[in-house]
Amino acid sequence: MAGYVLRRGLEVIPTVLLVLTLVFLALRILPGDPAIAALGEYATPEAIATFRQKLGLDQPLWMQYLSFVGHALTGDFGVSMTNGTSINALLFGSLPYTIELALAATLIGIAIGVPLGAWAAVRRNRAPDVVGRLFALAGFSLPDFYVGVLLLMAFSLHLDWFPMLGGGEGFLDQLHHLVLPAVTLGVVMAAFVMRLTRTSLLEVLRRDYVRTARGKGVPERWVIFKHALRNALIPVTTGMGIYLLTTLSGTITVELVFSRPGLGQLLIGGITARDYTMVQAGLVVFAFFVVFVNLLTDLLCAAIDPRIALR
Amino acid sequence: MSDLAERLGTDARRGVIASYIAGNTLAAIGMLLILVLTVLALGGPWLVTHDPLEQSFLAAGQGSSAEHWFGTDSFGRDVFSRVLLGTRASLAIGVTAPVLAALFGTWGGMLAGYFGGWTDRLLSRFSDLLMSFPSLLLGVMIAAALGPGFRTAIVAIAIALFPRFLRLARSATQVVRREPYIDASIASGRGPFAIMARHVLPNIAGPLIVALSLWIATAIRLEAALSFLGLGTQPPAPSWGNMIREGMGDLVGDPWPAAFAGAAITVAVLAFNMVGDALRDLLDPELDA
Repeated sequence: MAGYVLRRGLEVIPTVLLVLTLVFLALRILPGDPAIAALGEYATPEAIATFRQKLGLDQPLWMQYLSFVGHALTGDFGVSMTNGTSINALLFGSLPYTIELALAATLIGIAIGVPLGAWAAVRRNRAPDVVGRLFALAGFSLPDFYVGVLLLMAFSLHLDWFPMLGGGEGFLDQLHHLVLPAVTLGVVMAAFVMRLTRTSLLEVLRRDYVRTARGKGVPERWVIFKHALRNALIPVTTGMGIYLLTTLSGTITVELVFSRPGLGQLLIGGITARDYTMVQAGLVVFAFFVVFVNLLTDLLCAAIDPRIALR
Repeated sequence: MSDLAERLGTDARRGVIASYIAGNTLAAIGMLLILVLTVLALGGPWLVTHDPLEQSFLAAGQGSSAEHWFGTDSFGRDVFSRVLLGTRASLAIGVTAPVLAALFGTWGGMLAGYFGGWTDRLLSRFSDLLMSFPSLLLGVMIAAALGPGFRTAIVAIAIALFPRFLRLARSATQVVRREPYIDASIASGRGPFAIMARHVLPNIAGPLIVALSLWIATAIRLEAALSFLGLGTQPPAPSWGNMIREGMGDLVGDPWPAAFAGAAITVAVLAFNMVGDALRDLLDPELDA
């Protein structure tokens, strides 16, 4: 197991470098000069030269690459091209909003999805199963930002139960602002969790040890909760990384719906304003999240199922 | 997986799929909806009741009426006509992107599965890396590089879906590669690419076509999300995603553009999901990646 942790941990190094290289290359194939994009077409040649020098765009490509990788790894992203503020400060200000949202949504998704999926599997082909499957189909078909818009219209505009915009000030107010975005992403995620729990539990309920338990006269409730559900939740747990990342990318659209000052807003704002340094930083942070969550998921899977570490 | 490829190789050609869809209510409804959407997308410009780009401040922000069935937006444009024409953008991107992904993914997967070794390792590693990113995030990253636009959306979604086809084609090719007729073909002096085109491709096409129908739903959803973020189809051309984006500006006074555009996305994605689910249940429950 220790060997696996080390091996999997070391794998992160080439992945991070590859991801950084892709981000670097992606932003260099952007048609047009970022200096002209930021300063406008009527900027003087001197202004453009100064600007390029400030960003290091006048240096050879390999120098730019090394300094980009160095800065990304040390977590120094420079200043925003459009308003001159420190990008690190912007990132630290926005990250909590995004992380809170992703985690809260994941909790809601599990809290709804697991019981619903278990209920559907136990009552297979009866009312709970039909309801559960329709719920899953709706969850797969409704775009999360549209769910957000509908919740916003119903609960903020008409009922006025929740605030419409922003992230809130102070703990309770922030929590109040978190509810609708978290429910939006959580409900959509619940569809995925529900379907996986249902499939997995149905699979486990066919196993021999479940039949043995029933044959021994173990009460049905006990069979489901103690024997079946526990094993059925292994694929659900290992799927957690995928949910978390899908939800994380969902925060980008949902933050826009609720004007939540998170990472997605920074990134999209950067793309729209052609703020090259901001986009670069946003992409790197999101990419790091992906690599990190994938690592954690793999380690979690190995902890649950030790056979993985032996492969 | 090998089992899947074998079953599909024969089943798909026997028309089992068509008869299965006809016998499954949800799938039949889905198929019907897809037909309607296709007609609307193709006939859009002739079916609209108003010019979808014509603004009128006198008519701005109206609710549903006999003149404007879905009301008007804050520029006074007819929402019904815009939703109808949005079908074109959504389906154009929603179909083109997966087809491109399938084309490149199939050939990439066949190369990896046929040659094995370094070709396989390189291609598989690259597609694993792409797969580790959620598709919307990948789309946003590519849009950041290429700049917002219609073509960007196609490229971004195609790249996001490409590794899924590559994987499928790769494992199916590995199965076919072991068949004696491949060896016979090599012995008769045919080159690897000729063999892939003539013997491998027809035998792995089944699961890929199923995957294609499944990923169209995802592509439509991604297109809507990218346009909603302002990275896909650019206004004033109507797309469902950018209609919701524009509608967000005045949800209090005029919620209809956002509401109808969102409903349209949902119906389209639902239709492809209903057909895709039925196909998947028929062919292999594990196809859902």
